[in-house]
Amino acid sequence: MTATDAASPGTALAAGAVQSIDWAALAPPLLAALFGVGVLVADLFLEGTRKRLLGWTAAAGLALALLSLLPLVGEGRATFCLDGGAGPCGYTADAFALSVQLLVLGAALVVACMSMTAVEDEDLPRGEFWFLLLAASAGAALLPASRDLATLVVALEVASLPSFALVALRRSDGRSSEGALKFFVSSVTATAVLLLGVSFVYATTGSLHLADIARELPTADPRLSTLAAAGTALTLVGFAFKTAAVPFHFWVPETYVGAPLPVAAYLSVVGKAVGFSGLALVTVLGFRSYGHVWGPLLAALAALTMTVGNVAALRQRAGTADSAVRLLAWSSVGQAGYLLVPLAAAAYADEPGEAVGATVAYALMYGVVNLGAFACVALVRRGGGLRLSDLRGLGTRAPLTALLLAFFLLCLAGLPPGLVGLFAKVTVFRAAVDAGLGWLAAVMAVNVVIALAYYLRWTAVLFARAPEGPPLPAPGPARTAAPLTLAVAGTALLGLALSGAPQLILRFAGAALL
Amino acid sequence: MIDETVLQILLLAVVAVPLLGAAAALLPAPPGLRGRSPEQAVLRHGVLVTGVVLVLTVALAAGFDHTRSGTMQAQTDASWVPALDVRLHLGVDGVSLPLLVLTALLTFLCALHAYFRPPAGPTPTAFVALLLLLETGTLATFAVLDLVLFFLAFETVLVPMYFLIARWGGGDAQGRERTAAAGKFVLYTVLGSLVMLLGLLVLGLGAGTFDMVRLAEAHGAGLGHTAQLLAVLAVGLGLAVKTPMWPLHSWLPDAHTAAPTVGSVLLAGVLLKMGTYGFVRILLPAAPEGMQTFAPYLAAFAAVGIVYGSLVCLALVRRGAAGDLKRLVAYSSVGHMGFVLLGIATLSKTGVNGALFANVAHGLITGLLFFLVGAVKDRTGSTDLDALAGRTGAALYARAPRLGGLLAFGAVASLGLPGLAGFWGEMLALLGAYHPADGLSRPAYLVFLALGGLGTLLTAAYLLLVVGRVCMGDPKPQAPAKSEQDGWRPAQPPLHTLTDVRAHEFAAWTPLAVLTVLAGLWPAALLGLTDPAVQNFLPGVTR
Repeated sequence: MTATDAASPGTALAAGAVQSIDWAALAPPLLAALFGVGVLVADLFLEGTRKRLLGWTAAAGLALALLSLLPLVGEGRATFCLDGGAGPCGYTADAFALSVQLLVLGAALVVACMSMTAVEDEDLPRGEFWFLLLAASAGAALLPASRDLATLVVALEVASLPSFALVALRRSDGRSSEGALKFFVSSVTATAVLLLGVSFVYATTGSLHLADIARELPTADPRLSTLAAAGTALTLVGFAFKTAAVPFHFWVPETYVGAPLPVAAYLSVVGKAVGFSGLALVTVLGFRSYGHVWGPLLAALAALTMTVGNVAALRQRAGTADSAVRLLAWSSVGQAGYLLVPLAAAAYADEPGEAVGATVAYALMYGVVNLGAFACVALVRRGGGLRLSDLRGLGTRAPLTALLLAFFLLCLAGLPPGLVGLFAKVTVFRAAVDAGLGWLAAVMAVNVVIALAYYLRWTAVLFARAPEGPPLPAPGPARTAAPLTLAVAGTALLGLALSGAPQLILRFAGAALL
Repeated sequence: MIDETVLQILLLAVVAVPLLGAAAALLPAPPGLRGRSPEQAVLRHGVLVTGVVLVLTVALAAGFDHTRSGTMQAQTDASWVPALDVRLHLGVDGVSLPLLVLTALLTFLCALHAYFRPPAGPTPTAFVALLLLLETGTLATFAVLDLVLFFLAFETVLVPMYFLIARWGGGDAQGRERTAAAGKFVLYTVLGSLVMLLGLLVLGLGAGTFDMVRLAEAHGAGLGHTAQLLAVLAVGLGLAVKTPMWPLHSWLPDAHTAAPTVGSVLLAGVLLKMGTYGFVRILLPAAPEGMQTFAPYLAAFAAVGIVYGSLVCLALVRRGAAGDLKRLVAYSSVGHMGFVLLGIATLSKTGVNGALFANVAHGLITGLLFFLVGAVKDRTGSTDLDALAGRTGAALYARAPRLGGLLAFGAVASLGLPGLAGFWGEMLALLGAYHPADGLSRPAYLVFLALGGLGTLLTAAYLLLVVGRVCMGDPKPQAPAKSEQDGWRPAQPPLHTLTDVRAHEFAAWTPLAVLTVLAGLWPAALLGLTDPAVQNFLPGVTR
């Protein structure tokens, strides 16, 4: 039953249209959005010297949003339901939604810490920056809980639009606007394709609710099956773009280089979380019966994405400008490929929820260590523009930073002592082997080796003998570095703790999440 | 007899102490332990920790119930990552015990060697931390009884070994050669071990458990034929890269040539054993049908490897070939590990026992040989055979009699002289090939037997040639002009005599030499340990 049907008779109007709203369930995205608006307004009334408070306010808002997840654990609350709670719901705070919200809001909090330093160093417009970051986070937190296509599209756009502006915020830098424009144009195209796919699906099933779509699709008119299959494939494209899956990845290197470093870090983690959670929702919940269409499609996307990303990362030369950020950008494309593997496996698995759990577990691990790597790079050379060759000899100049960066890189490579990365990879391999996708597992094995080649080369550079020549220009004033150091320390502690007790995130892989 | 709980704690400590020691090495030394300099203090820390580990393993071996060496002892079994069904399951039996002791011994000797002769390279702090991390990984490989943990331990050795080769290795000053060699080592092994991981997953998911003991008890029950084939192929490929099996060996000579002495000793003495150990511990009992299918191929590759390794060595030892002594010992490892693989591939008790014996013997002998070659390099600055030998030979017998004698001893032990450790393993492996397990083609194995026999002859030939070129010769310094005319570079250095074996070198080498003799004279000590375990792995096999 759809919203329009429910609204027709007189008495049902009141019950159907005025839905009861569970504010507690909505709190995580809502808090982020409210703080965003609050920061924007406060910016108008604060004097220049006190604008640093805005950053702390934004961070506090994200921390509050994170805390608001706690009471929801295990409750399985839902809101925006049709028929007074009996019909399908538009927003569900189930285990999947909560774990992705944890990832999104936690990553946003780390990025906020990194940004406080960057905003001061690069003199970015404060009010706008914090508003955009919080708005994008609100959208990203809304998305994994949405259970109808309309909410999904709205959430996707709320998450995307502020990102374009965030990338473009370095107004003095031409590359910044170039990156933003590339990002914007390709994103809008993807959204258009996504909307086309959604309309096809709506035409076939007559509903936008994922639960209804899942029920209607198998029994739909067989003459519409082509339409449904096309709709399925097109819908995936929109989310594949967000995940930066090949061939929708062209925007990634320029956008990451052009954006302020924390924003690049944000895109690499939260942007991917948005993409893969959308993919998981529409495929596993909505298009379950069309697994034969999206399964091979996602498997091919995964194989292509990891291969292209890793090969491109391998080809980065240490001496070129911005090579550190470019390498991280390409490696994040490669990592997106691994994220897609369990999703592809979900099409073949008996228990697709577990495969989705493997993706969530991998994403959480990736989020922690990738943010850590970005934060270390930011700490070495604040303001971006770092070449890999600049890191030569970091081991003697700043041993602790070098050790931590090495740890994060080995986690990304999945090699001990980066145990958390190793276990995350084992989880993904396991999902693939379990679903009988042996060829994809083999492709991934080759890719892990390619990735290892460049991660290890980078790690080796850190501990190579320092070059002769002028040292790096001194970073910005020390007093602004505290939040950034906090971000590095936080991710490092989390990475080490997870290496000792991987169960903390791998329990998501053991449970059926959707 | 020591209590089981004590044994359990001992085994846990054996794995944990080097890991904690590695972390502690990075911290500044506490007051009172500073020593002469920070470098000296950290190197002493390395000796201390590896010494403690050695004592712990010896205590473990003493407390081990030798009458029940076929059963797992000192077992710890705790849940670690329930989501992946990973259990912290450790234990030791007759197959793993000798390897644990060997690892602890060789690492201790390496730490001792490094203490007296600090390796040339970046700070010793990192060196000691990496050495201890390497020890953790190798000891854990032999102690864990969970497939995922095995993979984890297998991978743990890569990063430390990479840095040991790339930072402390020899070669040109720029370090391009050794970085390339280290990279090749890591990439080969990682590709192999990831394929192995896929195989382990097939094995574990198919059988419903990742526990090696339960897998071994099941003897492949519950695993379909295809799953067994896949598992053996994938796991075997990964292990074969590590072992290394011809033709997957090409990373080994480069890694050995570039590695520092300590790296070479541990690489040959311990790391290669991880591959063959995996064959015996995992594949033999858990996928018997798959092993039955692939055994003849494994044996064929092993036999080719034996002949290939010795032919390459013969080519290297030739006059004018500019053969590198380290490279030669590395290629001889390919041949020796071929015998180990051949023994395993016979699937007979004789063969597998021989393989396990040869495993340990190779660790002792090749460890000793790499130490000796390192000492020759220290004294003469070169391992190039032509540069060393000059026109008549390097004449170590005259210039450094004890060093020359030990080198000759190592070479003779390596060629399998009866009465020394090298003999029994290879003899038993060949004997196993004479009577392979039922269902394997005997004529094929007789061919492999013949190839292996040919290999022993060739091995004897090149090792005696090495002795001839390095130990014998005219001790008088040669006229450089003349040797250049003949196309040889002058011998380095022009000194008449060389420093003979120093006290610390004696300390590091004597245990290896003594154990080589002991294992040769009293093989029953080792075979008695492994045989009951092998019987459990191969039920229904009579020979």
